[in-house]
Amino acid sequence: MNYFLIPILQIAYKDIILELRTKDIFVTILIFALLMGVIFSFVFVPTKQNVVLILPGTLWVSITFAGVLGFNRSLVLEKDKGNLDGLLLCPVTRDVIYFGKFLGLFLFMISAEIFIVPLYAVLYNVSILDVGIPVIVILTTIGFAAVGTLFSAICVNTRSREVMLPILLLPVSVPIIVAAVEGTRSILEGSPVGIERWVQLLAAFDVIFLVLAAFTFGAVLEE
Amino acid sequence: MITNLALIFFWAPTEMVMGLVQKVLYVHVPLAWIGFLAFFVVFIGSVMYLWKKAQPWDGLAQAAAEVGVLCTTLMLVTGAIWAKPVWGVWWTWDPRLTTSTILWLMYVGYLMLRGYAPSREQGARYAAVMGIVAFVNVPIVYYSTILWRTVHPEMVIGPASETGNLDSQMRTVLLFSALTFTLLFVYLVKERLALTCAYDRILSIRHKEGIY
Repeated sequence: MNYFLIPILQIAYKDIILELRTKDIFVTILIFALLMGVIFSFVFVPTKQNVVLILPGTLWVSITFAGVLGFNRSLVLEKDKGNLDGLLLCPVTRDVIYFGKFLGLFLFMISAEIFIVPLYAVLYNVSILDVGIPVIVILTTIGFAAVGTLFSAICVNTRSREVMLPILLLPVSVPIIVAAVEGTRSILEGSPVGIERWVQLLAAFDVIFLVLAAFTFGAVLEE
Repeated sequence: MITNLALIFFWAPTEMVMGLVQKVLYVHVPLAWIGFLAFFVVFIGSVMYLWKKAQPWDGLAQAAAEVGVLCTTLMLVTGAIWAKPVWGVWWTWDPRLTTSTILWLMYVGYLMLRGYAPSREQGARYAAVMGIVAFVNVPIVYYSTILWRTVHPEMVIGPASETGNLDSQMRTVLLFSALTFTLLFVYLVKERLALTCAYDRILSIRHKEGIY
């Protein structure tokens, strides 16, 4: 177990130190998502009646797009100075590298979302004090980071990688985007009936893609 | 193929309510069927390629993906042609339509990924990963859009009994059509594979002669 867990934590720790020094990914995600929130409020003109309809969609679209930018950044940093080769030389299996990178990205996204979600609630004037919100945020972020880590590792080697990542990532993450939006909406509407199914869907997606991505990650990194 | 067309246009009875436009379904349904078949072949080819690392499996996956995207495109177009007079709209966000569209987008991404990869071998590996992920994702997308639809009630009423009692003559034509399209699929994939082989041979000859 330790052979598995410790290297994962070490890889994530390396990313966290780097992130604490540069604050690249965190700032990118946070500012971009807030910017989208402001732009969406011009586009959709939220009122008391339609805000429950608008907020979940804008919130998750912003987080998704901001996340794409963050993922790109994370693997480009690895690639630029040849650090990825160093990682590959480590005496660990490829799925350990995957989980390490995944953990780092998950933490950066969550730490940005801790600010984004309340700020959206303030900007759009709704109350999000419900235990369901953190559950949905965490599950969605796990799923999104799970596929995001895999696809950013693929796209970092392709030409025009900034374009390829969203083209591959967004269709695959449709289920979690739908589930996150609908789950958030049913919480805001105060109907806890629907939320159970969305949480189940999110959890299933997370498990399936964490396993699948860990299996296929080795094929992506091979030289 | 010609027999198939003749059967569709002259033999199959014209549907009472929908009229002539219903005949597009004899093309639409087989296209959908071989579209899904193609993506299943992509999945098999991808798994086998990652496992055995043998080039032919990758060629198979690529050929099937190209034919599959072509068929899915035609399926979406013929579906829209049928939907306009029957449902009254070109497009509606029903679970099957939504899933087909996302399916289409994922496999277009798959083909783009091959195009943008730095080397052929890397492209093959990346595409194999995408081929597996996309295929596993299809049922999840379908399930999520069904859930999503139950939240948002249907805007357009679908045809009352799309399935059920299909006229026996119609069923024969449909099955025959599916069969011919499957043969067409096999033929196209075979031709595409032959093309890949020819390409490989040119590459190896060039390599031998030192021409680049």
